[in-house]
Amino acid sequence: MTHLDGNVLAGVTSSLFAFDLPTATGQCDACGDVASLAEAMVYGAPLGFVVRCRNCSGILVLLVERPGGVRLNMRGLRWLMPSATDSHPPAATPEAARFS
Amino acid sequence: MTDSAFAWRQGRLALSATLSSSARSLTFDVPGWPGSQPGQHIDIRLTAPDGYQAVRSYSLANSGAGERLELGVERLPDGEVSPFLVDELEIGDEVELRGPLGRWFVWQPEETRPVQLIGGGSGVVPLLAMMRAHADARTPVPMRLLYSLRSPENALYQEELRSLSDTAATTWHYTRVAPEGWAGEPARLTADVIRAETLAPESDPITYICGPTGFVESVAHELTRLGHHPDGIRTERFGGA
Repeated sequence: MTHLDGNVLAGVTSSLFAFDLPTATGQCDACGDVASLAEAMVYGAPLGFVVRCRNCSGILVLLVERPGGVRLNMRGLRWLMPSATDSHPPAATPEAARFS
Repeated sequence: MTDSAFAWRQGRLALSATLSSSARSLTFDVPGWPGSQPGQHIDIRLTAPDGYQAVRSYSLANSGAGERLELGVERLPDGEVSPFLVDELEIGDEVELRGPLGRWFVWQPEETRPVQLIGGGSGVVPLLAMMRAHADARTPVPMRLLYSLRSPENALYQEELRSLSDTAATTWHYTRVAPEGWAGEPARLTADVIRAETLAPESDPITYICGPTGFVESVAHELTRLGHHPDGIRTERFGGA
């Protein structure tokens, strides 16, 4: 199976973060490359996703979906920074629901 | 999960049209759908009788307000979800979906940089959403599309792309079979074609590339070699080719 990219993580990580993960910037712990998570290489697996650095192919993030929740392993990221321009809520969020 | 953007909701197939022998346009009515931005996608989840679930992402062909969303889906030969969407789903049927998703591969009508779109195959779908929004916004910002496809029969939204040419012109490129009268021989998108048919780095464009993984990576690589700054290149890959 060919890889996809980090855009595909928007849905599965939407319950984990208050920001859009593909739009966030991160640094690879292995090689130091800095990029949007959207640019990472993403391999689908039966139970989740393997997210690899676009530069060195090192594993940045492991995402495992199980009944009852998502487990996130981010040991391959030195840091993660949400985009400064990504401060607005998604168009789909009704104001009333955000506080309920 | 109370955040409605990310909750699974029901979409009912309201309209459908054949786009090619392997692709279909599907328009869903989604109660509570709050609209989307050009370039965003949704996840669709199918559940088998035994409980097995498959989730796949599909780009939206439309954007803006309203409770209707439109997809353009190409059947992948080994796909788990796309053959069902292209061949099986009937008007009135419901699927589970969530979105709108993604804020990276998005074009904002307020954007002032010239826009180059480069699509491979059904990768044209989110780019069409941008072209429609661009036409609706009546913005003076230049936008154009380079559309690479295997043969004329594989063209999606051909008539609509031609009708949008006043606001965003399309350059057609054929990799296997070309229509009569097309200048040149069918070939993969080379550096020469990319240089001749896309906005130059000097105009500081923002370039959106969507298509199969290999296509996206080779085009992005060539653009970088031509002198485009990586910050001005946005990519979205899909599998299956």
